[in-house]
Amino acid sequence: MSDILKYFTVKEMKKSLVMSLWFMILTFPIMVIKVNTIEDTVVWRWGNLIGIGIGAFFMSTLWRYLLERKNMQSPLSDKKTLQIRVMDWANENPKAKTTALIAVGAFMAAFPFLTSMYQTSIMTTALMYIVLGLGLNIVVGLGGLLHLGYAAFYAVGAYTYALLNYHFGLSFWICLPIGAGLATVMGILLAIPVLRLRGDYLAIVTLGFGEVIRIILENWNDFSFGPSGIANIPRPGFFGMSMKLQTATIYIYFIMIAMVIFTIFVVRRLENSRMGRAWIAMREDEIASESMGIDITKSKITTFALGAFWAGMVGVIFAAKTTFINPASFTLWESVMILCVVVIGGMGSIFGVVIGALILILLPEYLRAFSEYRMLMFGAILVIMMVFRPGGIISNIRKKYKFEPTQNSAESSKEGV
Amino acid sequence: MDLSYFFELFVGGLTRGSIYALIALGYTMVYGIIKLINFAHGEIYMIGAFTALIIASVLSFTGMNPVLIFLIASVLAIFFSAAYGVTMEKIAYTPLRGSQRLSALISAIGMSMFLQNYVLLAQTSDFLPFPELVPDFKFLKPVEHLISSTSFLILITTAIVMVLLTYLIKFTRTGKAMRATSQDAKMAQLLGINISRIITITFIIGSSTAALGGVLISTHIGQLNFYIGFIAGIKAFVAAVLGGIGSIPGAVLGSFVLGWTESFGTGYISSDYEDVFAFLFLIIILIFRPSGILGRPENKKV
Amino acid sequence: MAPILETKNLTMQFGGLTAVDNINFKVNSGEIVALIGPNGAGKTTFFNCVTGVYTPTSGDIFIAPNKTSPQRINGLKPNKVTEKGLARTFQNIRLFQNMTVLENVMIGRHIKLKSGLLGAIFRPKATMDEEQKVIQDSYDILTELGLEQYVNELAKNLPYGAQRRLEIARAMGTEPALLLLDEPAAGMNPQETKELDEMIVKIRDVNKISILLIEHDMSLVMSISEKIFVVDYGKLIAEGSPDEIKQNPDVIKAYLGDEDA
Repeated sequence: MSDILKYFTVKEMKKSLVMSLWFMILTFPIMVIKVNTIEDTVVWRWGNLIGIGIGAFFMSTLWRYLLERKNMQSPLSDKKTLQIRVMDWANENPKAKTTALIAVGAFMAAFPFLTSMYQTSIMTTALMYIVLGLGLNIVVGLGGLLHLGYAAFYAVGAYTYALLNYHFGLSFWICLPIGAGLATVMGILLAIPVLRLRGDYLAIVTLGFGEVIRIILENWNDFSFGPSGIANIPRPGFFGMSMKLQTATIYIYFIMIAMVIFTIFVVRRLENSRMGRAWIAMREDEIASESMGIDITKSKITTFALGAFWAGMVGVIFAAKTTFINPASFTLWESVMILCVVVIGGMGSIFGVVIGALILILLPEYLRAFSEYRMLMFGAILVIMMVFRPGGIISNIRKKYKFEPTQNSAESSKEGV
Repeated sequence: MDLSYFFELFVGGLTRGSIYALIALGYTMVYGIIKLINFAHGEIYMIGAFTALIIASVLSFTGMNPVLIFLIASVLAIFFSAAYGVTMEKIAYTPLRGSQRLSALISAIGMSMFLQNYVLLAQTSDFLPFPELVPDFKFLKPVEHLISSTSFLILITTAIVMVLLTYLIKFTRTGKAMRATSQDAKMAQLLGINISRIITITFIIGSSTAALGGVLISTHIGQLNFYIGFIAGIKAFVAAVLGGIGSIPGAVLGSFVLGWTESFGTGYISSDYEDVFAFLFLIIILIFRPSGILGRPENKKV
Repeated sequence: MAPILETKNLTMQFGGLTAVDNINFKVNSGEIVALIGPNGAGKTTFFNCVTGVYTPTSGDIFIAPNKTSPQRINGLKPNKVTEKGLARTFQNIRLFQNMTVLENVMIGRHIKLKSGLLGAIFRPKATMDEEQKVIQDSYDILTELGLEQYVNELAKNLPYGAQRRLEIARAMGTEPALLLLDEPAAGMNPQETKELDEMIVKIRDVNKISILLIEHDMSLVMSISEKIFVVDYGKLIAEGSPDEIKQNPDVIKAYLGDEDA
């Protein structure tokens, strides 16, 4: 850290000063002047100007420092990251690992009984985002396909339950597989036309698809009840027993816990399977993977279908949890939010997505005072993440295999960079 | 068929198309040079409109001539938008040059979110009326039910910008350097073209035309808020892809096609599905002609 | 016996440019054949046509791996061509950078495996056995090419020469009848090149894989190839044994012309 001091030389300070001036000019109209053309008032907020000036001075120094540090790191450096050291430690101490897992499990199991209903409800939301993130992670993190319409599949699940229940009185447990199935079918239907598209076009088309679904839900009143949405959706039942609100909240919490465990179990197995490897190869290099015999068409369709599957499932649970849905829950920003979970947590890494969801959902809840800055922060974090740590908080580390006797474990762990 | 209604929709489409064209130019030029969809481009357009609104409101207290206010506000809007465009490029895109496309795209989405919420927090989420600054042109009196003064202004400005830009790209040294860079950036660099400078210029031009579009549409519609950039940006992107991304005449053509589609679509079918037309159109085009109307098909490089 | 790869009047045009012009070409089973020519002569385009990356404008491509009767493969997708027994490497290394060395070869084995979605989730014995086998097979291939010390290393962290070898290992994972190497020695030092030559001969002799390689450095291929085809401006200008090629006036002209430019 001491090398940051060299950024406080006169030359560097001058640079920072220039940046500070630049940002003061740049943000002047929007930060300083506030007009209200309805009441014809103008407010001059000179304090903001000083704030920007000081902020930009230090931020630009920090920015240059971090950028240089990043450029100096060679990819081959032996330096172990904190993450690798923790992982090595966990592998060497299986007992400690088990203990930690049990502790986390016990905490999660006790959580609803230790805290309020409100806390439980927020944690349930975070768990939902873990599953959504893991689902999107299949498409973005493993398949390398930027998908900006993910919320549409989430909507398919939610509306499936809401409408089937409204019209035919079908129960939550029947709708759960139907919602997931329908979303999967939608995933395949979307995948087929976009197969040939390059990465950036794919992003726009999936974005368009998501918006089209939302606009249809908003305007096709006979089908979806338009912007007013559907209310009084029943919470999940337990062998026909009716539950009090509090019991139901805890019940949904545990359904979500089961769902998270199920998802992690499946995704973990997929990741290191023949199919999962094919997805990652496709992400790394489409042409090379095709030349190695991988059917890109099939790989793309399976990632979209599986990604949609989880979204559909969580959609059903979402409808059951909130008991009310309308198109406003499934905007583009919902898709971007889920993308943030994946990107910030760590693309391709299960643990990363879990951490990402917890941070992104829980932190803003506990920092209520800053809630209006949430989207601003997320936007900034996306940029900063991509510039300094594109792999996310937890980077994906590929499975290592041991071979006897040519390889000893000490050597192989040293090679892990 | 009501011919006057048809003509009204036609001019409406043309006006819309002109605005899309002014934004689409930035998309297509940036894409041509750095092969990145600048998701935040729509935000630059919004910032241009907002800056003009702020400056015009402040100046209107001085009792200045509205036309003069409009000119000053437009010039400053262009200046600030260009500055935002360049700053954005230096922060969010320059450090990512040479990294995966996915990273740059995500960075662009982050920038878009940031700028939107920056204006929302620093200003307001309400719609603000844009002061009336453009006078009624007397010579348009006979046809005023068909074409308003602001529509007329938009059409004329777009035409002038297109001519200037074509001249710049085709006949100036900078234009040649830009074309060379978009063909093969590595080669252009070897031949002594300063790529960073070209990218900066591209962002300046793209941001300036977007700001112009923002100012013009705000005077035309008469109000704005922080969210106008996003949808307009996406639509302009659709237009750029329709025409063939990377191609400047393509962007203009695509913008008009999209403008008319929306105008006639909402006029004759239903206004509820305005945005759906654009997206469906995009999906169909990309499936059947991924390189767009005027774009050249790209060969896989192995 | 039918040649393992044969092209008849193969032509590939891009707009007005004819990159591959009416090429008749043949590789017999068990041969090491080289395709040489100056930069931009159309060698890689030829490769891309044969491996399905491009669909040729006209002409035919036939392959007859493992003594089967010839089949036409024009317009097949690259993965289908690979399934038929052709595998390739890339001139500008295209490894799966963020996968381990072992996984790169395991991707090569992809077409030889069967397990699908349900297998991955439920892990029946068949899948587990298959998985165990692919790990061992891939490791064996790596050992054969002297890459075993890097097994768990990410591909992008490998030294340059090792990356080139890994490209070959990955292609060998598909158990090809014919291996197409696109400038395998590019950027290597003389020592590495010598080792590579020995390796190629060994792959042919031990693994019984026929080899087609592209090089534009003539001296390099002379030592190992049995037959050489020379292309220039998309046209085949000579074919024959290394000695015949050395004395061919057209070839000398093509190369000297290239040096003049």
